[in-house]
Amino acid sequence: MTELFYKLALYLEYPFVRYAMIVGVLIALCSSLLGVTLVLKRFSFIGDGLSHVAFGAMAVATVLKLSDNMLLILPVTVACAVLLLRTGQKAKIKGDAAVAMISVGALAVGYLLMNVFATSANITGDVCSTLFGSTSILTLTQTEVFLCIGMSVLVIGVFILMYNRIFAITFDEEFAAATGTRTRLYNLLLAVIIAVIIVLAMNLVGSLLISALVIFPALSAMRVFKGFRPVILCSGAVSVVSAALGILVSILAGTPVGSTIVALDILVFGAFCLAERIIGGLQK
Amino acid sequence: MAQLTCLHVSLGYEGKTVVSDLNFSVNAGDYLCVVGENGSGKSTLIKTLLNLVQPVGGRILTGDGLKQNEIGYLPQQTAIQRDFPASVREVVLSGCLNRCGSRPFYGREEKKLAQDNMEKMSVASLSGRCYRELSGGQQQRVLLARALCAARKMLLLDEPVSGLDPKAACEMYELIKRLNHDDGITVIMISHDVASAVKYAGHILHIGGRAFFFGTAEDYAKSRAGRTFAFAERSGEA
Repeated sequence: MTELFYKLALYLEYPFVRYAMIVGVLIALCSSLLGVTLVLKRFSFIGDGLSHVAFGAMAVATVLKLSDNMLLILPVTVACAVLLLRTGQKAKIKGDAAVAMISVGALAVGYLLMNVFATSANITGDVCSTLFGSTSILTLTQTEVFLCIGMSVLVIGVFILMYNRIFAITFDEEFAAATGTRTRLYNLLLAVIIAVIIVLAMNLVGSLLISALVIFPALSAMRVFKGFRPVILCSGAVSVVSAALGILVSILAGTPVGSTIVALDILVFGAFCLAERIIGGLQK
Repeated sequence: MAQLTCLHVSLGYEGKTVVSDLNFSVNAGDYLCVVGENGSGKSTLIKTLLNLVQPVGGRILTGDGLKQNEIGYLPQQTAIQRDFPASVREVVLSGCLNRCGSRPFYGREEKKLAQDNMEKMSVASLSGRCYRELSGGQQQRVLLARALCAARKMLLLDEPVSGLDPKAACEMYELIKRLNHDDGITVIMISHDVASAVKYAGHILHIGGRAFFFGTAEDYAKSRAGRTFAFAERSGEA
């Protein structure tokens, strides 16, 4: 046991491990905060869809040999998020179908482009690391860490300031609109924030596992808590703890970072389901 | 001047007109029931009055100091709300949002208003309970308390008793009657239940198809539209 701690202390000496820790925890916190709203608005899969869009945009950026991939990825993802959330109610193609269409389409086109205009010899490796985020979180530069901290502070700040409005438009958008809340504006803001988080989160868990970061903490919290604020707080706490533990475990055991975090999230979900049963049983 | 006046209003959405040339007015303290068959445009009318849908033609005028964001609204329940984790207090408080202006959080005044309205609807004892675990009647009272937080003068209710058992429905009608009678709140309600509409409302608006009626409830009960509709309802239920 003490040996394990020594090993951990040794690893934490390295700046890249500390960077990964900071970025991982922040991204987990941001995605879980918004996850509650997304799950309740029946947009659980938007994380998956948008991350595929981001993947497609990344492929295009790589092919075009842009110096900074973010310049293309962020605007494209934001545009898709706005489109998906806006057409949610009245669109000819309904929410889930629209998300699925964009998601699969972007993934296919992205992969196709990467293959046709191969820029490196190891395409499978590139695609795999983009999808599963394998090691990129351990290769973060200082600038990227600062960028991530800045974005996270922005997202959390906006979320706190908009908290009451987010509640209103999630619980009953029609009532909010009827009584003079500018629902369109807030939906737009929400879409932008979600896109920013997803682009950030791609570094951590890769595009495929982002949905897990968005959905699992929210669903776990909803098992046990009954109010909106407790659910949000619990969801954030669960996500932060799983992310921190997941990164530590993955360093010690040499497992992939993203999948380890998600595996922990699944365990927590199981535990919360059990807790719900026990609490329910006690109340009877 | 009337609080709300509709002049030659045509209703519809996506370019399709459902009802055309609608003329009626609502005065402060009125109790108006809107009846008509399914698909006759009752919900569209409410949404148009709330400015959620633009009218296809005609004009809707508000007067008597009524502002657009002073109309309270009790919508039909949505699927999302059935498994939404929210406490009663959080739901009621969300009705105060239009009083906050650009402030991000609720102040003491809004919290007091929410508390008062919860007491008025006798759901104050449930304030910490989870909304989705309440009975249908309790849920409607919570939503009514929320609507009261937003409304100062007028309430629009979209089938407030649908899905309630007879006892809860009766309580709901009495509650709405008290709000109209004691607090002087103007009530506009969509209803399927013509018998109760005639019993409680002061005025009836019947829309849809060839049948059009606007007038007092007593006249409606005698009118041809009212008789045929009430008869069809009764034979439909049997």
